[in-house]
Amino acid sequence: MGLFEYARLIGGELAQGVVATLVFTLVGMGLGFVLAVPLGLVRIYGKGFWQKIIIAYVEIIRGTPLLVQLYIIYYGFPKFLLPLGIRITPYLAALLGFVINSTAYQIEYMRGGFKAISTEQIEAARSLGMGKWQTVFTILMPQGLRFSIPALSNELIYLLKYTSLGFVIQAPELMTKAKHLASVHARYMDTYLIAAFIYIFLTFIFSRITDYIDVRLRIPGFEPAKIR
Amino acid sequence: MSYILEVKDLVKSFGDNTVLNGISFSVEQGEVVVIIGPSGTGKSTLLRCINCLTPPDSGQVWLDGIEVTDPHNNVNILRQDIGFVFQHFALFKHLTAFQNVMVGLLHVKKMSKQDAQKKAEEELRRVGLLDHMHKYPAELSGGQQQRVGIARSLAMDPKVMLFDEPTSALDPELTGEVLNVMNNLATEGMTMVVVSHEIGFARSVGNRMIFMENGIIVEEGTPENVLKNARKPRTREFLQKITELYGE
Repeated sequence: MGLFEYARLIGGELAQGVVATLVFTLVGMGLGFVLAVPLGLVRIYGKGFWQKIIIAYVEIIRGTPLLVQLYIIYYGFPKFLLPLGIRITPYLAALLGFVINSTAYQIEYMRGGFKAISTEQIEAARSLGMGKWQTVFTILMPQGLRFSIPALSNELIYLLKYTSLGFVIQAPELMTKAKHLASVHARYMDTYLIAAFIYIFLTFIFSRITDYIDVRLRIPGFEPAKIR
Repeated sequence: MSYILEVKDLVKSFGDNTVLNGISFSVEQGEVVVIIGPSGTGKSTLLRCINCLTPPDSGQVWLDGIEVTDPHNNVNILRQDIGFVFQHFALFKHLTAFQNVMVGLLHVKKMSKQDAQKKAEEELRRVGLLDHMHKYPAELSGGQQQRVGIARSLAMDPKVMLFDEPTSALDPELTGEVLNVMNNLATEGMTMVVVSHEIGFARSVGNRMIFMENGIIVEEGTPENVLKNARKPRTREFLQKITELYGE
């Protein structure tokens, strides 16, 4: 059987994996973003207890491998959740892990983006009579998030490939399916080549989408400087 | 005579460095006060203390009978009455000129969008930038940006305008267009406190000149008087240099 025929044979089952991979990536990124915006603002502009909690969260997540995080969620959490009658499936554990992980990274990426805003704009806003959080929402957020787009785009692409770690807890994503199919058909090289091709294809699509968002939201003065 | 702005015995230190060492002065309604002095003598810090962008260590600032420095007063409300123009313009970079002028009206004054647009157009016309209202700061020259900065402050209908070296980041041509706008404001009766080395401006519209050095007021009087009859040799020397550089 040639590579193309083989690809067609396993295509159906791989496609299920692709769907899960996309769900993990998009929900991880999307929900991560929704959580990272408020948490990031408290991290950057807040103070006291809540800021410290967020710093601790980010440091713990960034300081441990995603692999370890997935193991802890899948094998460790049930100890506390099962007595409450909550079962955690591999799918749910992986999804949870990616959201928790991506949120932490996105908070840090936003911190970098917001740093690019000059303090004098904050002073200008305050001198007009804006309060602290009013300044954050009307002046800093629209700029800080724009400055964060390149880093967040990278996060999306990283995350897409990090979802392959889902296979360690048997979350039914692309890599789990590929590994299974490879051993069933005993065609390791071919299967992983096909998986690699799918990842490249998805990465290409994602980077086109993030480029489009970058251009759509661009404002004169925010584009990268040109060197002639 | 009642004063619109009163500064009483302001003191501000950064670590061991005492930048303001007891500054007091008062400004009458419609008066234009020009503050000059060597670099690092606390002129900018003084302006920033007046609207509490930099909170003073001690001393008081009174605006129209209300103490700005009183922590019981809501500084966000008081600041609306104190326009501030920055050396480097400090425009909001994600907003057009028009939006820069409107943002305070919409979010601080809570004006309706229609009223805010009308007011913003009025102010941009006042600084001669109606043609450029839909441009972003990055698309404007320094002089145009500074005029947007002035329009943004004016839109709040402040009782007093503070200018922190408004032209020192501009070349002579652009300086001219900004000084024009400031001249007009002065003629219209705006109360202004201006930190600047523009001797010509001080002479033509300044009612009073204050010379600061090492955190205190060294000379105070009409611009003519301060420029000609400064008491200390050091002051005379500085003023002579400034006059040579910035001309009439």
